Amino acid sequence: MSLPITKTPKCYVGGAFIRSESGRIYEIHRSSGEFLANIPLCSRKDLRNAVEAAAKGGAGWAKRSPYNRAQILYRLAEMLESRAAEMAAVTSTEETRASIDRIVHFAGWADKYEQVLGSVNPVASSHFNFTVTEPVGIVGILAPEESPLLALLTLILPAITAGNSVVALASKSRPYPSILLGEMLAVSDLPGGVINLLTGDRAELLATFATHEHLRALAATADTSEATALQKGAADSVKRVVIHDPKTDWFSAAHDSPYAIRDFTEAKTVWHPIGS
Amino acid sequence: MPAPALRRLLDEIGPVDATGVEERVAKYATRSIKKKSKIFGLKLAVSMVDLTTLEGKDTAGKVASLCQKALRPHDAGDVPQVAAVCVYPAMVKHAAKHVKGTGVRIASVATAFPSGQAPLRTRLAEVKQAVADGADEIDMVINRGAFLSGSFAEMQDEIAAVVEACGEATLKVILETSELETYDNIRAASFLSMRVIRPGDFIKTSTGKTSANATLGNQQVMLDAIRDFYLQTGTEIAMKPAGGIKTAKQALQFLIAVKETLGDRWLNNSRYRFGASSLLNDLLRQLETQRTGAYQAPWTFTEDSGGY
Repeated sequence: MSLPITKTPKCYVGGAFIRSESGRIYEIHRSSGEFLANIPLCSRKDLRNAVEAAAKGGAGWAKRSPYNRAQILYRLAEMLESRAAEMAAVTSTEETRASIDRIVHFAGWADKYEQVLGSVNPVASSHFNFTVTEPVGIVGILAPEESPLLALLTLILPAITAGNSVVALASKSRPYPSILLGEMLAVSDLPGGVINLLTGDRAELLATFATHEHLRALAATADTSEATALQKGAADSVKRVVIHDPKTDWFSAAHDSPYAIRDFTEAKTVWHPIGS
Repeated sequence: MPAPALRRLLDEIGPVDATGVEERVAKYATRSIKKKSKIFGLKLAVSMVDLTTLEGKDTAGKVASLCQKALRPHDAGDVPQVAAVCVYPAMVKHAAKHVKGTGVRIASVATAFPSGQAPLRTRLAEVKQAVADGADEIDMVINRGAFLSGSFAEMQDEIAAVVEACGEATLKVILETSELETYDNIRAASFLSMRVIRPGDFIKTSTGKTSANATLGNQQVMLDAIRDFYLQTGTEIAMKPAGGIKTAKQALQFLIAVKETLGDRWLNNSRYRFGASSLLNDLLRQLETQRTGAYQAPWTFTEDSGGY
């Protein structure tokens, strides 16, 4: 008879697996009521550290070629595919399949969204005038309680496809898929710090997500009162806030659209002089 | 096996318990400093910074912006000015235009910094020129070669010659701990230096130009030496760690070590300094976080400080 070795779930931050700096945890249970695991209950300080990690990892990611970002995202889909059964056990088969599809969609968009979002602009002077997009920086993500994998990825993918880095807070009641996702990210060739996944209490971290000056955009599922709090807090740092309805149908093909990427880019317009 | 001269010296001043020092400094990182005491510590640290630029690419313009930053580190909040600006001798006259008479002092590295490998006469001439140009403080490097080969008298004579060349200027003696290699050597070099400098002069850990810089361990050995020297002679020697102190958190830990080893008499900028360039911005960043309640982005603080 051998001793069963249980896993300590840890958050994936800055390319490493961490416990909360506070040392706090909370228990999650299977639907049968049986104890499943102790999950890190991340603090505001963990969020701050994750933002520092995102700042470090983000700079290099933004400089990668779009083609290389596509390859890396596709590799992430491969990693999820190879552990699909394990992921399906904590989500569902449909959600896992849909998540893999969504990653592949955005892997495809990585070197094509620029053609959709950028433009060549007609001007009356002798200039070649064109607009390209640039990533905004670090994006904060607040995932909903349900669809813990698909919704999380749907919020993360547009941001990182454009070369941003993200700090995401996973579903509190169903955090386990984000723990598994972290393990897949660690072997996906995605540079450490580009995706940082925290687990913990939303109410505790919401205000810090809103006010942290280093975060340049937020993508959150939020009810009316949470949305107000986020927008108020984000006003001082002039942060872009993208709110999703918690009742969103995350399986909808509408979420494969590259226009979701636009929310996490800044437009840069160049006036290039040409001969008359 | 240490050289006979070093062994005789260590018999006299006592060796360092390396494990004990490591254990002790590990504890400093566990102190919880919150709210009012944190703000006090951060402001104190700002007032102790020797804002430094020591690069081949320094220009008069860059020194000018460094001086402005030293005089007024941040517009918001009640932030004190720093203790001094620290520049190469050729830049002293440019710094003097901006900070003379403001309370911010001018420190200049001299004596063929960072290696010290120049003839003594050249080194002394450099010190005299820097003082003539307006330097209030001189940061010198010791002759590590002389120390490591056991020629303690030669090393001390050179320091004494620099003390004389300084005149009114305060002297800071850089031991360059990374090149001394052991805690015993650091303690020995500290004592040898303290015996020839004046009360109120500094001993300093590093040049910041080698791979290893100021650590809590190195500093602790030097603080213990200052304490022991004070208890023996009644002479108060000041301390300056330099190089590698980049975050406010580190700075607070260094201050905790001073408080717990030497006490409140050393918690001011005539007895303790930080030699640093990027530290100031992190201190300001944490002060703003305390003031506004929101974590700050690094670009809120003069970005070019990376080049200081």
